[in-house]
Formats: sequence, structure tokens, C-alpha cells
Amino acid sequence: MAADNQANWAARRRIAAGWAHHLWHDKAGLFGLAIVVLLIVVAAAAPLLAPYDPAAQALRDRLLPPAWLAGGQLAHLLGTDQLGRDVLSRLIFGSRVSLVVGAGVVLLAGAFGTALGMLAGYCGGRVDDFVMRWVDTQVAFPGLLLALVILVVVGANVPSLIIVLSLNGWMVYARMARGSVLGLRQLPYVEAAQMIGCRGRRVIFRHILPNLTSPLLTLSILEFARIILAEAALSFLGMGVQPPGSSWGLDVAIGKDYMFRAWWLVTFPGAAIALTVLGVNLLASWLRVVTDPREREKQFARRMARKRHAEPVPAAAASVEARP
Amino acid sequence: MSDSDAAAPLLEIDHLTVHFPGGRSGFWGQERLVVHAVDNVSLAVMPGETLGLVGESGSGKSTIGRAILRQLPTTQGRIRFRGEDITKVTGEPLRNLRRHMQMVFQDPYASLNPRQRVIDIISEPLIVHGLARHRKDTAAKVADLLQRVGMPADAASRYPHAFSGGQRQRIGIARALALSPEFIVADEPVSALDVSIRAQVVNLLMDLQRDCGLTYLFIAHDLATVRHISRRIAILYAGKLMELADRDAIYERPRHPYTEALLSAIPIPDPVAQRNRRRLVNDGEPPDPLHPLPGCRYQSRCPYATAQCRSVEPPLEQKAPGQWAACWNR
Repeated sequence: MAADNQANWAARRRIAAGWAHHLWHDKAGLFGLAIVVLLIVVAAAAPLLAPYDPAAQALRDRLLPPAWLAGGQLAHLLGTDQLGRDVLSRLIFGSRVSLVVGAGVVLLAGAFGTALGMLAGYCGGRVDDFVMRWVDTQVAFPGLLLALVILVVVGANVPSLIIVLSLNGWMVYARMARGSVLGLRQLPYVEAAQMIGCRGRRVIFRHILPNLTSPLLTLSILEFARIILAEAALSFLGMGVQPPGSSWGLDVAIGKDYMFRAWWLVTFPGAAIALTVLGVNLLASWLRVVTDPREREKQFARRMARKRHAEPVPAAAASVEARP
Repeated sequence: MSDSDAAAPLLEIDHLTVHFPGGRSGFWGQERLVVHAVDNVSLAVMPGETLGLVGESGSGKSTIGRAILRQLPTTQGRIRFRGEDITKVTGEPLRNLRRHMQMVFQDPYASLNPRQRVIDIISEPLIVHGLARHRKDTAAKVADLLQRVGMPADAASRYPHAFSGGQRQRIGIARALALSPEFIVADEPVSALDVSIRAQVVNLLMDLQRDCGLTYLFIAHDLATVRHISRRIAILYAGKLMELADRDAIYERPRHPYTEALLSAIPIPDPVAQRNRRRLVNDGEPPDPLHPLPGCRYQSRCPYATAQCRSVEPPLEQKAPGQWAACWNR
């Protein structure tokens, strides 16, 4: 048993080493990982990193440009907004809301939508009809309006923001999951799993769900970007993050009024959103490749080819090969 | 008639009919189409024997295999396993039934989950049937199964992609054997393999049959493969049973024109003899499973077809002791 365990660990280490090796050679993936790690660190350590309280107003220092422009101060590296609040500090604190809302909605909506979609695709029949008509109905309903109504009733705060945006976003996952499952259900190894007596739940989670990782990852990334923008839109309409607080979306929304006098108010939060989405995209594309068994197969073939190449060729075989 | 024929059959299918919905036709879609995949087929498989089921693509042979394993709903007829009617079994009783009947799949590349390691693939049946708690407890059993199918023990920790087609099929066989079933449906287990390793896999199946007392329904699309392994052979065409006889009778005294055509399609490993022999080529179209014609299903391709063949369906009759065929002319 001990030897078996060791073999297990060795196999796992080998896989992890393969991932790391692949990441090192996929510079774009490495860059994405760096951005995502940086963002998480910044969001977690916001109170330590931010030079000012993001809500502290200094009306005498209104609309200061970034430090490197004429009239800028080193004390406010990225300038100040219309109430004299430090843009850098707001950016750092804003990352918290954007990341929490983005990740929270993607997780919640993704889990709910994927589960329902897989159920619909796997069971078929009435379950399928019911779930998909529910999806259709909700897609037909104006999402932002629904979100506004709910937020007016329950009050705007981050948890209700996450729930409301999830309510609006789960349908795409359900449609995607159902479509994929309809095809995957026919795979011979899924049939084999049913044949050996796996219960439905095991078939779905062990044999079907892993195949959804790539499309799910891709969809989640696109949704993540959309959610950050949707949060911005809700904040802009006054039903998202409330003004003393800060989020990138809210800052872009407020800053747009001053776009011609103070470009830095929209540019920095906007750039932060773009950079986040880019980083997550790059990371996801690496993750998609390393979790795909077909890619693993290619890597295995490459390794075998290298090994064969490196081994000294036996004399007899060499002479045979030397002949034309 | 040997002794085993006197015993009760392990598996019996009785007037099995499987139809699939085939869409709708007509201007308003008023006519519901039905695909006649299997029509009125009766077979019995004795304990310990191998019944070869032969037919071309679309003849319904895989459908019969899947209907027996209750992967497909039965339209009409009965399936009895160990004397019990399993035609309508579903849910938990069906899951328990899987412990006694298993399947070996055609495509060894697609029937193993590429994300699972070999140990997970082979131990999964044990785990889902509660015969083992965790993968660790199954290591010895998996090693034993791997050894039985002629694979090295260190295969357990690898992924399917590290193996060749023949080796993957061995892994698939080990998975089917994990539950120690009595009955195995082998759905064209060697047709996706290289010719050079087909014999190895067939021999492995025969060795396992001898050691474990297995009963096989061996599905194949040509008569060359099944000769070695089968005791009796059933010939299927367009969802109907054409001929059912002992192996030697099929090869030496075929009683159905379709069997003759299949036999003449087996290549002879002697170029001169191969060139000089009379080939029975099947002209004509295979019947449309959506609109079967009255009479014999083989009429459109049969060189001996008469007016009777085109109007009245020939019954499956005993033409010689232990040999049944459905043909008016023989």
C-alpha cells in the first residue's frame, strides 16, 4: 500500500510538474497568472497598500491630474476626482468589489445554470422542456429592469448585487451545458459507465462534467467581463455600490461626467477592468489546455518521441535504418 | 443435441421487436415514421456457450445487444435472464442486474474515459456496486484483473492514451470482468483492432470463458471472426433472423442465400483459389427500415427471389436438425 501511495504521489507530482512546465513555456498564460495573482493580493491587502482612505474628501485638491503631468502632486500618484478623493486608493479598494462581485456571480450563476442545464440535457423529456422554457422566459425578460426592481425592494449592497446579477446570468450556462450534454450523453464511455451500474449522479459528475470544463471556462471568463460591466451599469444607475464606497464601475460612471476636464477619472478604472479581463482570459486559455486529456495525449507523444530520439540507437537497428 | 441444450437457457429473447421513432412524413407531418430496427427475433443462449450474432451494418445486431442489457426500450417481446423476465426492469433492480451481465464495446478508443486512470476505470464497477469502499482497497483486485487479461500490473497508474488499441480493449475486458458477470455481450470487440491482434483478443476471450465460465453473445459483422469463438451462429439481416445453426452447419451447409453471400465474402488466403471461386455479390439495395416491403426482407438482393418471396414472409423453419432458416426456396 505504501508503494502504491508513493506511486500515486509520484504521478500527481509528475502532473503538477507538467502543468508548471507548460505554464513556463506559455508566456501569455504566465502573464495572465501574474495579473490575477497581483489583483488578488491587491484586493486582499487593500488597507495596507492604499495611501488614503478611498472615501476621504479633500475639496481643495479637486481634480488634480496624475503626478507626472503639470499641476500633479506626488502625494496623489494617479490624481484626484471631483471631490478630491485619491484615484489610486479608490482603484485599490474598488478591486475588492469588482473581484468579489465578478467571481461571486460567475460561481453562483455558473453552478446553478450548469446544474440545471446538465439535468435538462441528461434527463431529457419533460424535465428538459420545463427547464428550457424557464430559460427562454427569463431570457425574454429585460434583465436590468428585473435587477433594478429587486434591488429597490431589498436594498443595494454587495450580497444582493451578486444574487441579482446571478439571477440574470445563469441562463447562458444552462443552454451551453444542455447543448454539450446532449452530445456527450452519446459517448461510448458514458454508456459504458451506465452499463457498469453507475447511478445518474455519478455519470453526470464523473464522466460528463469534466468534458464541460473547457467550454465552461471560456464562457465564465466572458461572463466575468460582462458582470464587471453590469455591476458598473447598476452602480451608474444608482442601484449598485453606493457612493461612499468604491468600485471600478462606479468610478467610470461618475468619471464620465468629467471626461473632458479630467480623463484620468475614467481611464484608470477602465484600464483596470480591461487588464483584469485580459489576465483572466490568458490564464483561462492555459488552464483549458492543461486540463484537456487530448492535449495531455499530445504531450505524452512528444515526450515519447524525445525519449526515442535521445536513446542511443542499437547498432543493428542503426544499420538497417542507414540503408535507403 | 448436446447436454447443455437440455438445460435451461441463461438468456432467452422471445419475439423481440425494437422500433425507433423515425420522425414524421407527409405534408403536415401527419404520418409518424417508425424505424424497424429489430423485428420478431427469438434466440436462446445456453450457459457457457458463445452465440455469434452476425449481420451487416444496420441489421440490428447491436440493437439486440443493447436491448438485452436494457440500454434500449423494447417495443414488443420478452427478454428472460436466468429464467426471470427482465424486459421491464428499471432503476435499482436494473443496476443489480448489471452485476450479472456486462458489455465489451466496439471502439476501445472511445469507450474508456480519457480522464480516468486505468485503476479508476477497472475499479469503478466495484465501487459503484459497493463491493469496495475506496480505490485503494481495489488495488489487489485490479492487479489480478490486469494480469488475467494479459496486461502488466504497472498499467494501473497510467491513462488510456498510453496504450495501443489491443491493450485498451484488454482494459475494457477487465472492466467488464470486474463484477464477475455470467453473461457478456461483446459488441464487435475486435472489428476496430488491427487484424494482427484480433486473434489475440479472441483467444483471450475464449481463455476467460474457460476459466470463469462465461457466456457470450458475440456480435460481429462478418463470418470470418466468429468462426473461431462461436458454438452457434445467428445470421441477422434487416432486423430479421435469417438463419440459426451450429457453427459447422453454417460454414459447411448454409441454408440461406444471405449466409452463402456472407461466406463467399470471406477472403481465401490463396490468390489462385480466391481468383477462381464464385463470388456471390449482393446486388440491389438493402431494404429501407422505415418502409419494410411485404415478404422476405432479403428479396431485393436475393438471386433466387420468387413471387412468393415478394408477398409472404418466410417463417424460420427447421431445415435440418439444429438448423433453422427463413427461406422459401431451401
